[in-house]
Amino acid sequence: MKESVGTTGLILNESLLWEKGKKGRCGFSLPRRDVESFPLHQELTGEGPDFPDLSEIDVVRHYTRLSQWNFGVDTGMYPLGSCTMKYSPKTNEKQASLPGFAGAHPLLPATLSQGALKMMFELEQYLAEITGMDATTLQPAAGAHGELTGILLIYAFHKKKGAQRSKIIVPDTAHGTNPASVALCGYRPVLVRSNEQGILSVEAVAEVMDEDTAGIMVTNPNTLGLFEENSQKIAEIVHAKGGLVYCDGANMNAVMGIVQMGKIGVDVMHLNLHKTFSTPHGGGGPGSGPVCVKSELEPFLPVPRVIKENGRYVLAEDYPESVGKVAAFHGSFGVMIKAYSYIRTMGPKNLKKASQLAVLNANYIKERLKGILHLAYDRPCMHECVFSDEHQKAGKVTTLDMAKRLMDYGFHPPTVYFPLVVNGAIMVEPTETESKEEIDQFIEAFKAVVNEARQDPDRLHDAPKRCKVKRLDEVAAARKPCLAG
Amino acid sequence: MLYLPHTGEDIASMLQVVGVDDLDGLFSTVPEDCRCKGDLNLPEQLSEWELNDHMEALSHSMAVSPEYRVFAGAGSYEHFIPASVSYLLGRSEFVTSYTPYQPEMSQGTLQAIYEYQTLAARLLGMEITTASHYDGATALAESLLMAIRVTRRRKVATSSLIHPVYRQVVKTYFEPTGYEVVELGYLKNGVTDLAELDDMDDLAAVAVQSPNFFGCIENLQAVGEKAHDKEALFIASFTEALAYGLLKNPGSQGADIACGEGQSLGIPRSFGGPALGMLASIKKFMRSLPGRLVGQTKDLDGKRGFVLTLATREQHIRREKATSNICTNNSLCALAAAMYMASVGGTGIRELARLNHDKAEYLKKELKKAGFTITFDSPTFNEFVVEFPDGFEATYKRLLEKKIVPGISLAPYYPELANHYLLCVTETMSRDDMDILVREIKS
Ligand SMILES: Cc1ncc(COP(=O)(O)O)c(C=O)c1O
Repeated sequence: MKESVGTTGLILNESLLWEKGKKGRCGFSLPRRDVESFPLHQELTGEGPDFPDLSEIDVVRHYTRLSQWNFGVDTGMYPLGSCTMKYSPKTNEKQASLPGFAGAHPLLPATLSQGALKMMFELEQYLAEITGMDATTLQPAAGAHGELTGILLIYAFHKKKGAQRSKIIVPDTAHGTNPASVALCGYRPVLVRSNEQGILSVEAVAEVMDEDTAGIMVTNPNTLGLFEENSQKIAEIVHAKGGLVYCDGANMNAVMGIVQMGKIGVDVMHLNLHKTFSTPHGGGGPGSGPVCVKSELEPFLPVPRVIKENGRYVLAEDYPESVGKVAAFHGSFGVMIKAYSYIRTMGPKNLKKASQLAVLNANYIKERLKGILHLAYDRPCMHECVFSDEHQKAGKVTTLDMAKRLMDYGFHPPTVYFPLVVNGAIMVEPTETESKEEIDQFIEAFKAVVNEARQDPDRLHDAPKRCKVKRLDEVAAARKPCLAG
Repeated sequence: MLYLPHTGEDIASMLQVVGVDDLDGLFSTVPEDCRCKGDLNLPEQLSEWELNDHMEALSHSMAVSPEYRVFAGAGSYEHFIPASVSYLLGRSEFVTSYTPYQPEMSQGTLQAIYEYQTLAARLLGMEITTASHYDGATALAESLLMAIRVTRRRKVATSSLIHPVYRQVVKTYFEPTGYEVVELGYLKNGVTDLAELDDMDDLAAVAVQSPNFFGCIENLQAVGEKAHDKEALFIASFTEALAYGLLKNPGSQGADIACGEGQSLGIPRSFGGPALGMLASIKKFMRSLPGRLVGQTKDLDGKRGFVLTLATREQHIRREKATSNICTNNSLCALAAAMYMASVGGTGIRELARLNHDKAEYLKKELKKAGFTITFDSPTFNEFVVEFPDGFEATYKRLLEKKIVPGISLAPYYPELANHYLLCVTETMSRDDMDILVREIKS
């Protein structure tokens, strides 16, 4: 391969924490003892945990080296489909760490928490506006938690009507959390297949929708990166039979300022602040998964709710029909501050622009790569496009091989093998924060990989070569699990 | 716009490749009647400077130390966080990566979480810890559901001294399932009434929090024996992870599952979130655990490395049959906890936990001296309940004006405990702070 922009360099070794250190060291400035000692009863006293003793520099080097084995959005393009790995603005981090926010206790009287409550109140309104819904709860801690909350709301709705239902319709393109959340609420997911265009047809839904079905859970735009064009008619069918429409809003980054889901028949939806609203993914969280609802579901929202009374913000608990609480306190407050900061610094025009550019980037990649990679659905896409390894299979090169080889070129691979409806799926979501130059480099890298797949497949089988480790034995890891040292 | 790199020229040339005339043309698959008419009704964009001013102003209205002396814990604790932890946690290779699905490119996160799992298991005296959950409350709800899966029974017993909001979360999670939650009352000395278990059968789990919501240390050994007599799992829950620097850990007292909140381990309170749900179990239940797990393995050259493992329990493989719906968890919070545990170390955590205990004992003693009643005489860690005289609300308000928060009122959670307050003292409170509190309450 020719010299890649993204790789070469120094990779340091680093042992495990407990392979380092020496008894008696400490990386923590212990506060002065200004009270006498009050020994705790022997019977209650334990031995204390067997932690290594390290000095501050040991700890700093350890994690600095570990961090260098990682790849983040700040390192390079991270086109992980369905995850919206957009750039996380640094000012947002700064706002979340302001002492007044970072040090705030969640249970103090509202008079002592006005700033936090005002921020939450406004964020709820902004999200309601962006989705075209009537009310928002910020309590759910991630997308899947939002799904659970939303389905609980649907459950409460039917319960109040006096006739509980047993099923919820979930398309085959759905993320795994969808059926799992449905099941957690005691509903049975009913699978409905997407049509040859990759979207739901009105007929397929009409066929399964009945009066024992509580509703439908649709991701829109869906996980193939396609807009569910029939969503309004589908909503009518579901509503006519007394069901509700849930929208998994994980892909809202495609349609901010373009589609308000509340205006096209959606009753309840969640957003991922850690996708659409730029908060960093943290190596797998923390996230935040607010749920927006139409007014018919508002009475069931989790408590406490932030409301405004005589110009002051208060936390109100008195909602007898509420589903209760889904988190101990108010949700991922620190994440909300970042999303709030993002919305305020973008403003309405730039939010729309962000969606337009996210869609532009994805379509550009689709057009430029579809000649060499098999494109699962050759139609205009939204924020992401899905390819497969169809053309490479004959040469015994798989999606996984190409993904691993992309690492050697300095790119994080796309999402692979999801959605399940496309065999060997390669799901590319560039996001709007990648420039044309960056995307062009990614396209060139992918082309080079596909070339190698034809000429020298073993290069791909042996990839990656330039990471901290080579391919890891996941089968052995699962067969004889070693989960702690 | 700062975050949008496209120039007009870029846009034009890309549109040409795509084959549409303008940005609107990209949305041809969105039916006309689905499109927004007009702009979103949101405030106009702020500059970075304006944002600073706006957020500063909001944050200044919050009651936080050092301006305020906050003697409140109740599931959210103030502990010193070393600058090195905050600094390292800001490394953007950690912050801006995602779930380590591609292990070769994520060894930093993976090794760090493996180390977190290990240190957390050592702290709790358990064999396995998951990579993280949302918070202590959801970790408890998931633990109870796990016990129901493992035992195939439909009823759980939970102590009424588990944090009230955790119990509310459990109730919410259980509502559509048809599973039953029974609550165990409490005794005069502020611990769970285990005698109530005698008449209960078919329990999947018995869950008790220690230190409990009143701050009292429970006899976990006794809970474990009772639970196991009934062939139920023993779940030890907690809100103050630091306590196990000093107290006997759940594992050594027979816990099958230990779960709770890890915020004390280097995570700012941040108005209650993001937090760190910790969930640990004995090895036997490994394949029933909810959530992610990192395991050790080898690469093609035989070199040590780490991967996400036992994924067949998880939603992306098992869908509706998964052990949980969780996907994104609170990884960065687990990383903070690992950095914190590594920084305090074995020697440090012991002394730190002692300081918390001793300072709380000091305040207890001073309040007693001043004539107030310490309601429960069971030993405590860094929180305890005080009974103040009738009419204390006025004093509470007066103290707030003096920027002192004398604990959390228990009345909203336990109506029988009017005038009772839960006070917390950590290493961040000096003796002066405590003397001032006592003086102000008295005056
Ligand atoms: C379409 C879709 N739905 C739901 C989720 C779950 O969100 P979270 O990981 O925040 O729980 C994801 C995330 O990966 C997703 O891509």
